[in-house]
Amino acid sequence: MNSPIFQLAFILQVLRISIPYALPAMGATVSERGGVVNIALEGTLLISAFATTLATYLTGSPLIGIVCGIFAGVITSLLHSLVTVYFKADQIVSGIGINLLALGLTKFCCQLIFNSSSNSARIVGLETWSFLPNYPLLNNPFVPIAVVLLIGENFLLFRTRFGLRLRAVGENPEAADTLGINVQKVRNAGVAICGIFTGLGGAWLALDQHCFTDGMSAGRGFIALAAMIIGRWTPTGAVLASVFFGFSESLAIQLQGSYGAIQFFQIFPYLLTMVVLSGFIKRAVPPAADGIPYEK
Amino acid sequence: MIKLPRFRSPSLRNAISSLLAVIVAIAISTIIIVVVGKNPFEVYSIFLRETLGNPYGIGQVLFKATPLMFTGFAAGICFKAGLFNIGAEGQLLIGAFCTAIIGYVFAPLPPVILVPLCIIAGIIGGGLWGIIPGFIKATFGAHEVINTIMMNFIAAGVVNYLVGNVFFVPATVHTPEIGINANLPRLESFATFFHGSPVNLSIFLALGASILLQFYLSRTTFGYEIRATGLSQDASRYARIKTSRVMIWTFFLSGALSGLVGTNYVLGYKHYFELGFSEGVGFIGIAVALLARNNPIAIIVTALFFGILEYGSLTINVIIPKELANIIQAVAILSIITLTKVFDRYQIRLMEPAK
Amino acid sequence: MNIVEMQHMTKRFGQYVANDDVSVQFQEKSIHAIIGENGAGKSTLMKMLYGFHTPDKGIIRIRGKEERISDPSRAISLGIGMVHQHFMLIPALTALENIILGDEPTRYGSVLDIRRAEEEVISLSEKYGLTLNPRHRIQNLPIGSQQRVEILKILYRKADIIIFDEPTPVLTPQEVHSFLTSLENLRAEGKTIILITHKLSEVFTVCDRLTILRQGKVVLSCEKTETTPHEVARLMTGQDLPPSPGKDTIRSEDKTVEFVNVSSRSRISPDSLKDMSFYLRRGEILGVAGVEGNGQASLIQLVLGFQHPISGRILWKGKSNIPSAIAYIPDDRIKNGMISDFTLQENLLLGRHKELEFSHRSVFQRTPVNAFSSRVLSEYDVQPGNPSLPIRNLSGGNQQKLVVGRELTKDSELVVANQPTRGLDIKAIEFVHSVLIRERNRGRSVLLISSDLAELLKLSDRIIVMYEGTITGVFDSSATTDEELGLYMTGVKRQVTS
Repeated sequence: MNSPIFQLAFILQVLRISIPYALPAMGATVSERGGVVNIALEGTLLISAFATTLATYLTGSPLIGIVCGIFAGVITSLLHSLVTVYFKADQIVSGIGINLLALGLTKFCCQLIFNSSSNSARIVGLETWSFLPNYPLLNNPFVPIAVVLLIGENFLLFRTRFGLRLRAVGENPEAADTLGINVQKVRNAGVAICGIFTGLGGAWLALDQHCFTDGMSAGRGFIALAAMIIGRWTPTGAVLASVFFGFSESLAIQLQGSYGAIQFFQIFPYLLTMVVLSGFIKRAVPPAADGIPYEK
Repeated sequence: MIKLPRFRSPSLRNAISSLLAVIVAIAISTIIIVVVGKNPFEVYSIFLRETLGNPYGIGQVLFKATPLMFTGFAAGICFKAGLFNIGAEGQLLIGAFCTAIIGYVFAPLPPVILVPLCIIAGIIGGGLWGIIPGFIKATFGAHEVINTIMMNFIAAGVVNYLVGNVFFVPATVHTPEIGINANLPRLESFATFFHGSPVNLSIFLALGASILLQFYLSRTTFGYEIRATGLSQDASRYARIKTSRVMIWTFFLSGALSGLVGTNYVLGYKHYFELGFSEGVGFIGIAVALLARNNPIAIIVTALFFGILEYGSLTINVIIPKELANIIQAVAILSIITLTKVFDRYQIRLMEPAK
Repeated sequence: MNIVEMQHMTKRFGQYVANDDVSVQFQEKSIHAIIGENGAGKSTLMKMLYGFHTPDKGIIRIRGKEERISDPSRAISLGIGMVHQHFMLIPALTALENIILGDEPTRYGSVLDIRRAEEEVISLSEKYGLTLNPRHRIQNLPIGSQQRVEILKILYRKADIIIFDEPTPVLTPQEVHSFLTSLENLRAEGKTIILITHKLSEVFTVCDRLTILRQGKVVLSCEKTETTPHEVARLMTGQDLPPSPGKDTIRSEDKTVEFVNVSSRSRISPDSLKDMSFYLRRGEILGVAGVEGNGQASLIQLVLGFQHPISGRILWKGKSNIPSAIAYIPDDRIKNGMISDFTLQENLLLGRHKELEFSHRSVFQRTPVNAFSSRVLSEYDVQPGNPSLPIRNLSGGNQQKLVVGRELTKDSELVVANQPTRGLDIKAIEFVHSVLIRERNRGRSVLLISSDLAELLKLSDRIIVMYEGTITGVFDSSATTDEELGLYMTGVKRQVTS
């Protein structure tokens, strides 16, 4: 049992890599269940990572940093829903626009504030508990928070009135409308919740690296989208897929040096997503009205 | 209620909404400049002087605009067919890589053969990469948006591997140089006006492509089928148009056009393929096409506008961070899609009699 | 007692008068049928009661009190529910979730009380005999159960006036039977039912009263016992047959197309063909009568070659190879017959863009294309006839003339006309009729599918009647009446096949 993958350190690495996939993937699940495709996850991660860095840098408190990160995530998501839910413009193009905006805006502000467009000053990380001194990650509140959020999201989607209405407007907004449900309001709420999750993911990125670096989301928003698809638009599935991606990436790091392994594991999540979407494994079916603005 | 003019001509309406989007973007950028405590007049005057005020700047703008024309066509032709190609970034990577490898491997061939060969390699590389999501959509019905995003990352992984492990120059992130016979001359070798700027013959390739594409879309049966499929799949099927085949073919064309980006960078400028060279032109191409309403001739104009932004932002970098250009581009994208919706709804309200 | 009174209801859509001074009373605890042909104004009347349309004129009284029903939620709060022709259900959700949506029982403010909801729904379904497992997802339920979900949705909202818009065409015969039984249960439990229908058999099985609409007006409103199916069929279709235009006698016995025992597969069971045989001769107009959804869509797809029979054969002039071009005038012109954003000229090329005369090496040739478009635009009197105008700027009648012109100038011996005059004004209708007869007299074969019996009787040489995917009768149009056709269309009568 000396295989590296059974060591605790390896598992911790898997978790560490998975968190910034799992949080936005859970967020995207809420947004898409309500019928709004959110490819702005990537940009939302960046903006909230920057907001976290800046707030932590200015106040010295990572907690305030997290709150600001979440706030920035929600604001970015609300921009997406302003364009797509209120004005009913195309959700994909809006996502592309916001991603571009985030990339430009964060570098712009980074240059102005930290005098470098590529990275910020160093910030303090999150204070950790100390019951397992050798394994800092386990002392980090993000792991239990992610678990609680997963349970909470399942409850929200499948056990509450809001969840039922959200799923209804994502499947057939017209039917929901005839029953007196305010489609716009429900969809906005779904996108905003996505912003909370993604904002938290961005905060984790910043606090984990102790600084902001340009483009630090590095495609994680898209991997999260892939995880959500492979997880068949369910929170648990999205998290499991995220952990699976984290696992394959950790494995690639373990196999460092072997020929081509890194690149293979890099493209693996994307390949898998395409295979799943094509229906080679069991076909993943998105919510029926996903991506379609509702116009009366 | 404010009485707004009623635009009968759709092309005039489109032009006005595009112009409004640009105005909104510039207004927001002005606000940003003021907020960070700079003088917008100073910023804009340097910006204009350095881009359009001298031959070198014009050359740089043309150089920056060339790849945007190609990716603008790529996005535009897909939009015409009702398809969404956000995979230009991956397609241009594969295309440019093929161009560079052919230019390296067949270096001894004479230029009249080698240059076209390299260009064709880019077309085929990008086109084949583009055909995959088209095929998946036509065969399995899987939406092309996610697949093209995924294929961007796969393309990046593939070229990373090839540049890192197969075709590489030690201690660099680029491939070996292409043969001198594959070099595409810069315009400065014909006109001293462009002295020092990297603008090269590829821009004529782009201009030619624009005219061909316009002709293809408006005057040929293939172009007709593309437009019909994009506007109504139902009516197209009754017209016995094979919509699946049209989608696959359009994706090939789109990928091929993206693949031509390598001509500008590899054959005309650096003479090798370098990781990360594209700087997101694949995505900005979508904005170029949207602003031009997918018209190949108008794409030339909007690509030039974005080219001015790209190069101009570098010239003002000492005063204000160059990322201002990205912000302007992003705001332009968000404004154009929102304004189009607002205009359409307003127009519908005018067409319908009051209740 | 009259639970609903609608008086002097008038509704116009542009020039078109959908309801013209319609007055109807509905008695409490009764089943009341609203009968009429397509376009007679049945749905419009009920949509005003349900708050989808605002009446131009008229008064609605519910339980004696005058009400303004501005939207469906007002109707719901007045105890009015409607089961639409196309169900408003969410396939991915369970039956229970669909039923409670928008009016969910909760605990602590927002947590769903699934158990209470389930108990309530089960007790409702037992009370009204609407058997259902509320935990199944809609997408896994047969159509009949989906309809029960729609009914339960209404009952859950405590409606006591329930409108059904054409509820049975999508059901199998067994499902129809249990549906009719559940209507009786609902009446026994004190509900008032309004049933929009075509099918006289249903009317005379379960209804207490009936109202017949024709061209937006009430032609009869009475107890079921005061009339007969024959009278109803006659009143529904009207007798105002215009004189038949000049038709030559059929000179040829050549069969342009022949169906031999053709069966087809379709997702909705009643719309597939079952062992259907007929033929169409040269120089003949063959009318297809029948209530929509009885296999006409499948018939068209098969004739056009978009679908293939699962058994039986289709013969073209005695052979099995489909001709390369078939003139087709679609029922939904805007969706299937034209492209709104294209110009007139581009629309004239739709489906003909590959014809050799128009292009050389795939490049359109201006001269032949321009000549063709000006010829069709003037010959078919399309106004305004500017070929570079977007077609969306034209009136419906002119759009249809363009489509008809494009299709009839095709080199095809067969013309398939699917509801070719739907939604047109009288002048345009006359135009379409005259060109169809002209083409027939020139020796072409016309397959005319129409829900307008007067049109079928006027134009056709022979008429076949389709009911549930088969032919229930073949008639010589000069030797039959709309009344007789009505009986075959509604399944009351059926010819014994030889």
